[in-house]
Amino acid sequence: MKVTEKEVSHVADLANLELSAEERNRMVRDLNSILGYVESLNELDTSEVAPMAQVSDRYGVDESKEGSERFAYASRDDVREGLRKSFPRDVALANAPDTDGTFFEVPKVIER
Amino acid sequence: MNLTGLTIDSARSAIAERKTSATALAESFFAKIASDDPKIGAYLMLSQERALAKAAAIDRVAEKGEPLPPLAGVPVGIKDVLVTKGLRTTAGSKILGNYVPPYDSMAVVRLEAAGAVVLGKLNCDEFAMGSSNENSAFHPVHNPRDLTRVPGGSSGGSAAAVAADMAVATLGSDTGGSIRQPASFCGVVGLKPTYGRVSRYGLIAFASSLDHVGCFSKTVKDTAIMLRTIAGRDPMDSTSADVPVPDYAAEIDRPIQGLKVGIAKEYFGEGLESETRGAIEAAIQKLASLGCDIVDVSLPHTKYAIPAYYLVATAEASSNLARFDGVRYGFRAKGGGSLSEMYRRTRDQGFGSEVKRRIMLGTYALSAGYYDAYYLKAQRVRTLLTRDFEEAFKKVDVIVGPTSPTPAFKLGEKVDDPLAMYLADIYTVTANLAGIPGISIPVGANQDRLPVGMQIFGKHFAEGMILRVANAYEKAA
Repeated sequence: MKVTEKEVSHVADLANLELSAEERNRMVRDLNSILGYVESLNELDTSEVAPMAQVSDRYGVDESKEGSERFAYASRDDVREGLRKSFPRDVALANAPDTDGTFFEVPKVIER
Repeated sequence: MNLTGLTIDSARSAIAERKTSATALAESFFAKIASDDPKIGAYLMLSQERALAKAAAIDRVAEKGEPLPPLAGVPVGIKDVLVTKGLRTTAGSKILGNYVPPYDSMAVVRLEAAGAVVLGKLNCDEFAMGSSNENSAFHPVHNPRDLTRVPGGSSGGSAAAVAADMAVATLGSDTGGSIRQPASFCGVVGLKPTYGRVSRYGLIAFASSLDHVGCFSKTVKDTAIMLRTIAGRDPMDSTSADVPVPDYAAEIDRPIQGLKVGIAKEYFGEGLESETRGAIEAAIQKLASLGCDIVDVSLPHTKYAIPAYYLVATAEASSNLARFDGVRYGFRAKGGGSLSEMYRRTRDQGFGSEVKRRIMLGTYALSAGYYDAYYLKAQRVRTLLTRDFEEAFKKVDVIVGPTSPTPAFKLGEKVDDPLAMYLADIYTVTANLAGIPGISIPVGANQDRLPVGMQIFGKHFAEGMILRVANAYEKAA
């Protein structure tokens, strides 16, 4: 067993999940099964291999250019209300479960 | 004329020649959906008002005899992970059960600008996490070819709608095979383009470095038309590539004699069901008879693709899904307590079990003490998997193989075994890690008349090449 019930609780905390007792038990089982399976990656020596975070680091950009130059096309002028006009407040609030018409409302955060 | 059986081309010309109208076409699709979808479950939401308004606008253009745009009056469906302005978008999740987006995703904008008529939103696995469509929070989708079987996933509704004549073409998303595998299970054409080919603006994120927007249709030519419509640079998605978009439909009829078709032995190993193998080998023979050179290639790291994929995908998902907290949109759990308790209850009640499992796995892989061993390791293996393709494509123009190791499985067959479900993606995930384009086309059926799909991979931005090979096969079959 790589993952204990205590670790599942810790990770659930990090992920803002509560999980029922039954879900926790199942999660211990499932995570161990999946992590056991991914263990095979350790058969590979990757000490000299660079990590790849995303595809567009390498493709779809002008390869004759370097560094930030390569992604020059992705930048835009730093102007107020440039490309993205923001939504009016009522539209931005329309999907919220709770608002006062001006702000999103949430349970009290600060105790005094 | 069987209106719901039309392709993009035939639908558009029927409207242009006034043999039918866009309105009649849309209405016949809504009638078909009303009669057949109750047993299939492909649609989560219909958009009659929006569709009929769009169809009426197309009909006014047609009546004046003015030129029609490329998708004029073509009824399409949209996977419910792509946001649609004013039209509920759930990502198949209870946590977005009442979400009405204030904007349209770029792929939808481009389809409608080209004249397409949006019929509604299509069922899928919750947040596109699944290979059977059984993870939808609303209801599963049944495979139109055999209602006791899954349509594949996560874009199960998108594949089933095309297979059952409930849309001419549909949009889907593919993070680890979610377009190609359901296309194969339902016997339709499904394309995952190159990463960056189609804007992800308005796609509800699962794993941003692996998510792709793509399409389903009945023919390769229709897929070529769909791709040209939705592809291209979009300033709203900084990862969309600034690469010119060719007229794919004009390229697909070019001859394929002399093209080098790679076969990777790693895609024909243990686990490949024998009838599927037979159908794929026959299709390869067909390509040889059309003048292609069949060349052996090796993709030696293939067996590490699923483990690398599930670490990278879940790590990114755990970060992307942190935004669902019951504050700005979506569901919020009832009851008192602190802000942090509200977050937890909301996410506990709002997410389904597979989504929670992946958030947990991803959070674990990113957590202190495990980051290097899991997440970083998987990213290094991603480099190796990508290099495999780069090496192979030095020798060949395309690589072909099975899309899935088996045809469509039974509903309920794998729901209790997440690992078995993940293995359904064994031939598809690597293309997402490497960002290369892949298409699945139907290549016959097994004894139970279940469709088998063949996958064709190409180099980055070589969609024209894989469509050409797919089209040549389709014409000859």
